Amino acid sequence: MTTKPTRRPTYYEEIRQKGYSRRDFMKFCSIIGAYMGLEATGVAQVANALQKTSRVPVIWLHFQECTCCSESFIRSSHPIVADILLDKISLDYTETLMAASGHQAEAAKAKTMKDYHGEYILCVEGSVPTKDDGVYCCIGGKSAIQVLEEAAEGAKAIIAWGSCACNGCVQAAHPNPTTATPIHKLVHGKPLIKVPGCPPIGEVMAGVIIHMITFGRLPELDRVGRPKAFYSKRVHDTCYRRPFYDAGLFVETFDDENAQKGYCLYKVGCKGPMTYNACGVTKWNGGTSYPIQSGHGCFGCSEENFWDNGPIYRQMANFPGFGIESNADEIGMVAAGATAVGIAAHAIATNLRKNKLINNVIAEGKDAEKEL
Amino acid sequence: MATHTATHKLRRVFVWELPVRFYHWLNALVIVALCATGYLIGSPPAFLSNAEASDQYLFGWIRFIHFVAAYLFFFNFLFRLYWGFVGNKYADWKNFIPTNRKFWSEMWEVIKIDIFLQKDKEHLSVGHNALAGFIYFLTFLAFLVQCITGFGLYASMSDWWFADMFVWVGGIFGGDFGLRNWHHAAMWFFIIFAMVHVYLVFYHDYVEGRGEISSMGGGWKFIEEEVFDKEKKKATH
Repeated sequence: MTTKPTRRPTYYEEIRQKGYSRRDFMKFCSIIGAYMGLEATGVAQVANALQKTSRVPVIWLHFQECTCCSESFIRSSHPIVADILLDKISLDYTETLMAASGHQAEAAKAKTMKDYHGEYILCVEGSVPTKDDGVYCCIGGKSAIQVLEEAAEGAKAIIAWGSCACNGCVQAAHPNPTTATPIHKLVHGKPLIKVPGCPPIGEVMAGVIIHMITFGRLPELDRVGRPKAFYSKRVHDTCYRRPFYDAGLFVETFDDENAQKGYCLYKVGCKGPMTYNACGVTKWNGGTSYPIQSGHGCFGCSEENFWDNGPIYRQMANFPGFGIESNADEIGMVAAGATAVGIAAHAIATNLRKNKLINNVIAEGKDAEKEL
Repeated sequence: MATHTATHKLRRVFVWELPVRFYHWLNALVIVALCATGYLIGSPPAFLSNAEASDQYLFGWIRFIHFVAAYLFFFNFLFRLYWGFVGNKYADWKNFIPTNRKFWSEMWEVIKIDIFLQKDKEHLSVGHNALAGFIYFLTFLAFLVQCITGFGLYASMSDWWFADMFVWVGGIFGGDFGLRNWHHAAMWFFIIFAMVHVYLVFYHDYVEGRGEISSMGGGWKFIEEEVFDKEKKKATH
């Protein structure tokens, strides 16, 4: 066993030290409980857990990404999320927010990995390039793949933040020049939660972490490893424009009257019917709005390969292998047309090649007709 | 008309039993409904109406028809699979899956005679010819793909355990994006199949005069006595 500091302060203690009142703390518990979809008694569980448990060490790695996940997280609606959970307390290592740099930062990470072996949560933002021994992303003299493997080894659980870590996102789009690879394909044998989105909603990210602290286990996951609380419904299912979809009232172009009336954006490429996320309910920027509410279709940022499933402004995706801007219908119509031509040619050829047979049948029939 | 042709006595053969015919026409009906509604779901026309959205449910109905037809299609398909084991010899599953050399050689024969139109030759098949049978087998695979992808898309909308059994499908096709694209592309297989199928039914009826078209109505085909005797001899050997 490694030696540990005698007793680490609890989340509550840290929060109070930061100058938040108990009232602030309880408000935070209520808000996050609501976002997590807990019932009223669940709020007490959250408060209880945060008062009793010492902070869980977190290592947050950044690979091929744009840091939008971190940005989203620190902008989640309640300041305690950013201020206490990550920024000031829990983050032992994160390139974006940590005060230390260079050798100091590396040493802090190594210490956390050693002291809290098997206890820390590993958050990964970004995909890992595996082509050419991973030279396309190197941090502190190591390739991303090495950094990931080292950190994953002693992690209690791994959270893959954002579409990069979950599906590879834009850098894994065709032709994926660096072989950008999502985390679940590189790390095996560790509990892994996928929180896809470009970025994921800040409250969703906070909710996942609070769930792990409160209940001491991973939230319930769906088949592909996303928390069911946030990813079990399609954006379409919770969209306030859904009645227009069911009525068959669609925006045809972004500047038409239908757009002004707020009709459904399906025909201008909204991918809400195929996208599993909480945008319609939780919304963004503290519940202010979300893309559809702002008049732009969902483009499916939390779905696998959404960059390759474009175009963004058409509801049918390109069909793989048939070049740009060819959807299944266009290919299908060409194929049906070719079939019709083939049938016509065959019909003509039949009359020429089988004329004896056909004439015999006709003659036999006509003879019989005359005899009657 | 001096060219006097031989007059034939025809034997009436009961080929398609009532359950097979019922399957065929229900299948035809729901496939037409599925393709029509499916196409509209993929590319909805610009409906314009002055009525309030709350008074309209047009697209909802289109989708509802699609889902009802899909269930009918699926269970009808299951029924046909069952009938492949209990039906008559023309309905038997062995008509569809090449299990022996004869099957393959008959397929080649049909390709030469009916597709490449060997001059003034005809190929007799009382039930399905080997090529048709094999293509129906391929359509059954397409049925399967369409049912799996369709229920995969439908699973998240349903609380029924049956539809929920298909939630795993999305993972294989790269999420609902891929699932939807494949489901939509597969529709064109059905459309093109239907075009060729209907054409060939007319072709056989026209060239051979054995009641190909009407056989799916009453169940009978009519074959010349001497051809019948030949077939009988083949069958008893």
